[in-house]
Amino acid sequence: MPKRAVGVVYAMWLGEMLRFWRSKSRIVGALSTPFTFMLFLGPGLSSGFQFQGGGAVDISFFAPGFITMSVLFASLFAGGSIIWERESGILKEVLIAPVSRFFIALGKAAGGVTIALIQGIMVLIFAGLIGVHYVSGIGVLGGIIIMGLSSIGFIGVGVSLASRIESPEGFQMIMSFLAMPLVLLSGAFFPISDLPVWLKGLVYVNPLTYGVEALRWCLLGNSTIPVSLSIAVITLFAVAMLGIGGNLFGRIKV
Amino acid sequence: MLHAIETSGITKKFSEVTAVNNVNISIKQGELFGLLGPNGAGKTTLINMLSTMTVPSSGSARVWGFDVVADASLVRQSIGVVFQDITLDDRLTGRENLDLHGRLYGLGGRIRKQRIEEVLSLVELTDRADSLVKTYSGGMLRRLQIARGLIHRPHVLFLDEPTLGLDPQTRAHIWEYIMTLTKEGVTIVLTTHYLEEADHLCNRVAIIDRGEIVVIDTPKTLKSRLGGDVITLELEDSADIARLYAIYEHDGFATMVSRSSNEISMAVRDGESKIPRVLNLAYNAGISIHSVSLHKPALDDVFLYHTGRAIKDTDNSELQGLMRSRSHSMRR
Repeated sequence: MPKRAVGVVYAMWLGEMLRFWRSKSRIVGALSTPFTFMLFLGPGLSSGFQFQGGGAVDISFFAPGFITMSVLFASLFAGGSIIWERESGILKEVLIAPVSRFFIALGKAAGGVTIALIQGIMVLIFAGLIGVHYVSGIGVLGGIIIMGLSSIGFIGVGVSLASRIESPEGFQMIMSFLAMPLVLLSGAFFPISDLPVWLKGLVYVNPLTYGVEALRWCLLGNSTIPVSLSIAVITLFAVAMLGIGGNLFGRIKV
Repeated sequence: MLHAIETSGITKKFSEVTAVNNVNISIKQGELFGLLGPNGAGKTTLINMLSTMTVPSSGSARVWGFDVVADASLVRQSIGVVFQDITLDDRLTGRENLDLHGRLYGLGGRIRKQRIEEVLSLVELTDRADSLVKTYSGGMLRRLQIARGLIHRPHVLFLDEPTLGLDPQTRAHIWEYIMTLTKEGVTIVLTTHYLEEADHLCNRVAIIDRGEIVVIDTPKTLKSRLGGDVITLELEDSADIARLYAIYEHDGFATMVSRSSNEISMAVRDGESKIPRVLNLAYNAGISIHSVSLHKPALDDVFLYHTGRAIKDTDNSELQGLMRSRSHSMRR
């Protein structure tokens, strides 16, 4: 059985990879947003911000935010893809196979994390090319692990929503409703050290904030939220969302 | 194990509709069993329950000896399902679709490759195996889907409307594949609303209408039960149908009389000699006949006899019913 389970997870992962590889336009689309943001928004924003106490906010400050943003989009999309697969009937074929849905979900999640990491790493490299300075190689490796953890959590969010929402249109609406506030309230685009209280509250309940902060610590060596707290929160978030998503996926009707 | 499939009182209710009502069927190993009925009759719901996709509201069923609820996983291991709608991934090639399926069913590398080649050549798609599925024609999609259902060598194969919407030539081709499979001992349950398909292929046929089994027998017995010939009349004025129908019913020379919107059919022995009498009765009642035909009973007539409706008459309204139930199922 363990061998069988590995086979199923691998089959699902392989399917995700093949589909990802085939949809070049999806890759371009997914990367264009963070790339453009980084090229234009980064320099624009950094000219206007200053840390309290004087230090200038340079483009490096924004890099973790853009990387996390691309990981977020890729993850939500990967989780949400089951809505299209249910619509087109592909999911039915998978769910009728004599294998546990848990391993099917796990394989899909593994595929989603891989895709999110590929996209995140591409943004990370791009940021390095346009002058962002990373503190250490180990930091970058740590950062990739952080990206993976954030990705698991948001794949769980995508799967949960897709399991409950029936139409692709509805899902897309909820996504845009959700994704932008998550990004804007994550400290990706502004320092979170001195915000008005109400805004601070929103930023601190946003799980993405901890992903950005942990990544910032890994890549740049400093963060506002202690890195141990950030890692604890995103790990907990990943486990919780994996549980919820897996559960809802298990009860999905096709 | 005597039977490949055995159901007892299996029933499925959706909120206000009973899609399948108290169905009892036993299907022998190696049999090619047809479920015949108009769209929306409950064929697909029945298949969904037998293939563990839908849980019955009441009653039970065993497939290849396993209970469809308690041993769902063992049932799944024993069956192949070719869905009515296309469930292939059109972003992948034909071979990739088959390969992922083989992996999900736990086939190891060498066996998997070998089986893929086998099923591809069976459905004559070897040449196109490495093209993306989105470039396939309707018939190719259907063939690939059948091929996929066979890779893991199921004991029982469910074919839900395998030739729906295909041109006659492709349909005949698919019939050939199905015949080949039964020769290899696969038990096949096929749903169709094409009467000639059931007639041509099936060992036994169950006519299902409004969720209930109306009759089960071999196509031959079903037809011979109607008597030797069927006379069909088309009237000039369809307003006369009810009156003429009553006349023939009353006269009692036919083993059955049935009517559709503008036709009356009756099963009779020695049809040629009955035609004058049939026409005389109409003439005496002052009803003019547009045309008369005499033919051997077909499954159409059997269906008409048992349900009181021609299968083609029901298509339109049932299709609307189907679309309603579809939007219904999408909502849940």
